[in-house]
Amino acid sequence: MRASRNLWLGGLLTAVFSLAAVISFAWVPYDVTKLDIGAKLLSPSWAHPLGTDHFGRDILSMIMVGARTSIAVAIVAVGIGIVLGVPLGLAAAARKGSLMDEVIMRGNDLIFAFPSLLIAIMITAVFGASAVNAIIAIGIFNIPVFARLVRGAALSLWTRDYVLAARVSGKGPVRISAEHILPNVTNLLIVQGTIQFSLGILAEAALSYVGLGAQPPLPSWGRMLADAQTMFSFKPHLAIFPGLAILLTVLGLNLMGDGLRDLLDPRLRRAQR
Amino acid sequence: MLRFVLGRLVSLTLSLFVASVVIFLFVEVVPGDPAAYMLGLNAQEDTLAALREQLGLNGTLLERYWSWVSGMLTGDFGTSYTYRTPVAEMVADRMWISLPLALYALALSTLIAFPVGIWAASKRGSAVDTGIMGLTQLGVAIPNFWFAMLMVLIFAINLRWFSAGGFAGWDAGFWPAMKSLTLPAIALALPQASILARVMRSSLLDTLGEDYIRTARAKGLTRAQALWRHALRNALIPVLTIIGLQFSFLIAGGIIIENVFYLPGLGRMIFQSIAARDLIVVESVVMLLVFAVILVNFAVDIAYAVVDPRLRVRA
Repeated sequence: MRASRNLWLGGLLTAVFSLAAVISFAWVPYDVTKLDIGAKLLSPSWAHPLGTDHFGRDILSMIMVGARTSIAVAIVAVGIGIVLGVPLGLAAAARKGSLMDEVIMRGNDLIFAFPSLLIAIMITAVFGASAVNAIIAIGIFNIPVFARLVRGAALSLWTRDYVLAARVSGKGPVRISAEHILPNVTNLLIVQGTIQFSLGILAEAALSYVGLGAQPPLPSWGRMLADAQTMFSFKPHLAIFPGLAILLTVLGLNLMGDGLRDLLDPRLRRAQR
Repeated sequence: MLRFVLGRLVSLTLSLFVASVVIFLFVEVVPGDPAAYMLGLNAQEDTLAALREQLGLNGTLLERYWSWVSGMLTGDFGTSYTYRTPVAEMVADRMWISLPLALYALALSTLIAFPVGIWAASKRGSAVDTGIMGLTQLGVAIPNFWFAMLMVLIFAINLRWFSAGGFAGWDAGFWPAMKSLTLPAIALALPQASILARVMRSSLLDTLGEDYIRTARAKGLTRAQALWRHALRNALIPVLTIIGLQFSFLIAGGIIIENVFYLPGLGRMIFQSIAARDLIVVESVVMLLVFAVILVNFAVDIAYAVVDPRLRVRA
């Protein structure tokens, strides 16, 4: 009962913001690259439902376009984590106890020991602030998350009878990992992917807020908040709406992750009740 | 126990070594000559060479790494390219804002999360539990710098209980200084408290399902007595892990929050150094913060072994 409610609410929120991002490619209420100083700092009205910023840009339009940036950065960062982390985790599990396993897992521990935001700041400081560097910085910290998750799950799968059967039939560790282990950890990957996705959105917002993420004129939620910093005391709407967009997107993804976990992993659901 | 501590010490040293190499190489790949940057366009070649020598920019990669690391070990963090003052002095001044802020936030997070998590677990499935879990979902999803801005709007601008930013300074006395750290600490603590409360609750629920709790109940203890006497201590392991991890979030999060409140701590210093391409400051401060985080994780590992003797054997 509760599981499906989480999933519905989370899915709905996620769908709304994804849809806003997709629609923004074809249509936005106002062009976000056009400045209209005459209409600056307007409070919400029928013409501008969420008001305008200090350049007269429509905030609703900026949030729609900003959703693109946030979602794109987070998706690619999760992609990096999956593409690099999953093979590492599979390899470590297939050769459990070997030197390779040891090196992979110690490397993971090391990345975990670093405060991720700090290193993201350092990467963007050295290589310059851009959306691409923000993606890399966030993506690196997704690698150990997926590697560890997959290794843990794969280790228990390797003891199963069907894996033994596959070995007897002559399949090597690479084929077994690809054909028997991977399909059985997909559910876990979906759930963890959703959670890392929401963390990626938060991280991207934080990086752009301090000016190290997407650069102008690309709108981003974090930078909208940074721009609002000096003006939100007399124009609160400048800060409230972009912040709500981040909050609701992250909340939606987290609820969806919880809901998916309950749905995809019935054992866990029974254990929790 | 001694073997356990020694083993942890070896891995601590190894982590620090690898971390320092990574950070060093990072800054090495940056193009540009700091000496040329400091002296400007009209610098003479021999002055440049002298300054390079003074900054330790000559020599092989290995020599430069060694001079940086051995300097850090003796408290010499290099000289800021822009301020021309020792980085160690700059760090020492600002640390007395960043460190108290992180500890203040950690204390708040723990003080909020423990009772809330225990309360939710003891009222499992009730309206209280559902309400708390809903609130913590919000707490986890809220970007802390935005929450900080909202608090400024409410408590500084509308209610005027706190100032909107800046630091009173420890010279102004303990309470005024703590007051200027209060909103930043709450902003930092709330998301962490939400995570911690959730972990506390689920860990407690796990241990409450154990056989020894049933034994305790059968022996005549009430549910509350069993919870306080037997379940709580056993539920603390995952909670301690998270508290350790949170310290690194608080350090990194502090960097952002200091910017919201214009606090002159390490975080603001890092950003000013980035803007000025003063990479020796970035390098040394990041290394210092990573050191702090690795040290705390080490302390947490030791704390485990004290709480749970079984872990000593496994290591």
